[in-house]
Amino acid sequence: MNVLHLVNAFFSDGAHWHGYDGIPTRLREHIQYTLIALAIAAAIGLPIGLLTGHTGRGGNALALVATAGRALPSFGLLVLMFTLLGLGLTPVMIPLVVLAVPPILVTTYEAVRSVDPSPVDAARGMGMSESRVLFQVELPVALPLILSGLRSAAIQIVSTATIAAYVSLGGLGRYIVDGLYQLNYEKVVGGATLVAVLALLTLGFFGLVARLTVSPGVRRGN
Amino acid sequence: MSGGLFDIPSDLQNSYWGLVGLHLREALVPVAVGLVVALPIAQLCVRLRWLYPPVLWVTTVLYAIPSLAFFVVLIDYTGQTETTVMIPLGVYSLVVFVPAIVDGVRSVPQETLDAATAMGLGPVRRYFQVQLPIAAPAIIAGLRIATVSSISLVSVGMLIGNQGALGNLLHDGQIYNQSRLIWLSVIGTAVLAVVADALLVLVRILVTPWMPRGGRAPRPVDEPEPLTAALEDATR
Amino acid sequence: MIRIDSVTKRYPDGTVAVDNLSLDIPDRAITVFVGPSGCGKTTTLRMINRMIEPSSGTITIDGKDITKQPVNTLRRSMGYVIQNAGLFQHRTIVDNIATVPRLLGWDKARARARARELMERVGLDASLAKRYPYQLSGGQQQRVGVARALAADPPVLLMDEPFSAVDPVVRKGLQDELLRLQDELGKTIVFVTHDIDEAVKIGTMVAVMRTGGHLAQFAPPAELLSAPADGFVEDFLGADRGIRRLSFFSSAGLDLLTAPVVAVDATAEQIAARASKDVPYLLVTDVDGLPLGWAEPDRLTAGAVDTSRLLPYGRPFVHGEESLRAALDGAVLSPTGWAVAVDAGGRVTGVVSQQAVGEAIRTAHAEGRSDEKVAG
Repeated sequence: MNVLHLVNAFFSDGAHWHGYDGIPTRLREHIQYTLIALAIAAAIGLPIGLLTGHTGRGGNALALVATAGRALPSFGLLVLMFTLLGLGLTPVMIPLVVLAVPPILVTTYEAVRSVDPSPVDAARGMGMSESRVLFQVELPVALPLILSGLRSAAIQIVSTATIAAYVSLGGLGRYIVDGLYQLNYEKVVGGATLVAVLALLTLGFFGLVARLTVSPGVRRGN
Repeated sequence: MSGGLFDIPSDLQNSYWGLVGLHLREALVPVAVGLVVALPIAQLCVRLRWLYPPVLWVTTVLYAIPSLAFFVVLIDYTGQTETTVMIPLGVYSLVVFVPAIVDGVRSVPQETLDAATAMGLGPVRRYFQVQLPIAAPAIIAGLRIATVSSISLVSVGMLIGNQGALGNLLHDGQIYNQSRLIWLSVIGTAVLAVVADALLVLVRILVTPWMPRGGRAPRPVDEPEPLTAALEDATR
Repeated sequence: MIRIDSVTKRYPDGTVAVDNLSLDIPDRAITVFVGPSGCGKTTTLRMINRMIEPSSGTITIDGKDITKQPVNTLRRSMGYVIQNAGLFQHRTIVDNIATVPRLLGWDKARARARARELMERVGLDASLAKRYPYQLSGGQQQRVGVARALAADPPVLLMDEPFSAVDPVVRKGLQDELLRLQDELGKTIVFVTHDIDEAVKIGTMVAVMRTGGHLAQFAPPAELLSAPADGFVEDFLGADRGIRRLSFFSSAGLDLLTAPVVAVDATAEQIAARASKDVPYLLVTDVDGLPLGWAEPDRLTAGAVDTSRLLPYGRPFVHGEESLRAALDGAVLSPTGWAVAVDAGGRVTGVVSQQAVGEAIRTAHAEGRSDEKVAG
């Protein structure tokens, strides 16, 4: 059985394009899970990363938290949360957020910390308040690296959100998990392809965001 | 079914410690293989600069494929076996190692290489005696991430016929309604990952005595560290 | 006036960066802090805009304690220039310069107009306005740094080793530019450097500091060169301070000889008339009076001098504008031992011998007139 043949069979089957189990529905669910998880992870990781990076303190504690976050197995955490909390979005969001916080936290910290200290010194010397120093001097320069942290978090979420299907939720993981139980490889391969495509789209999306938000004066350096 | 914390259902062929051993084997063999395969690929990417971007492109696509999908597709070729779990983990490790090694080797200053050449070191000796040791911290940083995520991902193997080692406890916990087993699986896996990570930190300190203990080398202030980002890119 | 009064900076680990420093920084003048690394010169500068807080002592500006106003208000009232310029790489040149006016609440158009005005003032081409810092050379970046510091027209300018990261040629240009700007603007400038030549060149007053944060001497540069307070200052000034001191004596007092100068198209009679026993050589100029070179009178042919056989004339000095140091330099460099004096347009106004320069140096030293600053 050829993988490309399976991909072709999956996408040319008209039944896969509508209804509650259609590709548009599953894609929308998947994107929805991704956005929610990414938003929560960013809400946790960005402020802490910016603050620790700005002050240069707490790097070791951060590394510890990041290691702990990475060490927790996403799938195991999902099953655990499912048994503790039952059916719902929360047990899925917890492992996804735990997965996404470390890369956001670590790269944001590293990005702000590694900003050239001399403009920062100049900014303080000119009478900028600390928050201005952070948001007007450090953040614009750190932005490419911060975005790369968000990007890898997003791609990891896209790939891992498939496990939501294991606890009866939707998303593209539905095709993979159902395919596994129905021994329908066409479905599995189709689902995996969709996830990979979504990941590449995420990559492209962040490339676009970087192009729009990063100053040309900074982009050259990175 | 009652008893000590480590008692496990009899339908598993392994004791708890047996599962730990199995888990480590399923997680670490792919990492080792990934490292061995990554070294020549990375060296090729260092030599032929044009090769690096397409290689990164391919690895990005590979790492975007969910592990479960990877497992399921492989069942057709390698059956519901350990090998099926280990192949994707090896590929993911490869994805982590290639950029880590390329960036590490590239970070060796040109003057250092020139000095080595001037002292009469041939390309092979130069690689093993100068480039690789200086790239060691970067490689070990990659090793840490590959190891931790590999240990974490083995659990998913439970879904393809109980090949998830400690992850299998998740299944048993559910069907026997024993949340104790699920806790055991999650905490056990996390502890394994943290211990492996700590050991690798120790290895780094031992093999790179010239580095400051704090964990990072002093670097010029005007040069940001691209490595962290590159590694984060490759984490799953 | 900025008054530094018994200021000490002691760090928690016990190191003393600045030890009981007291001095008055005069208004509308350049005060240079100079010394080896670790002498506390930068610390002193950074205490003036409270980037570092002193452990004890006070700093007042026009009698007002600097700690009595909000720190950012204080900093916005002072220009700050640092070593690598510290430009914001994400902002265009014009927006970099407009930073402080924007902080002070000016609207964007006005701040940018002001920034463009300053670009012109510091000698930056208007076409650079929309560029980013990475597109500029080190010297240009430093000019942007100075323009940015001047943007809100602060009365005080703090400059922390601003020119030490650029090459010597560019550095000399920036120093000249700063002196020119200061003539126009009359700011109170506090300037830190480790380069004693730079200190002597641009300082109105020079504070020499020694390791441990002690003030070794605070004096105008000429006094520093003529009367170093102690062995440390003498060492720091270097071996040729006598020669360097000549920079502070004008060449205006030199008596120039105009006799030994002939034009390239001179007649035989003119050549004969110019030659004398005192002067073994004649300086040949072109028809416009620009110097060409030296020749012995009997080797000169009337009407058509072979300019390729002339001896080089060394480096001419601008009479009255440049110092005795330049005159002496010109005399030493000339193979004939005679220096060539020119006017601002480069036309020869006369020649002067090493002996005459030496005589002028002795007179100047005797009179001790060294308070005026002379270019070059």
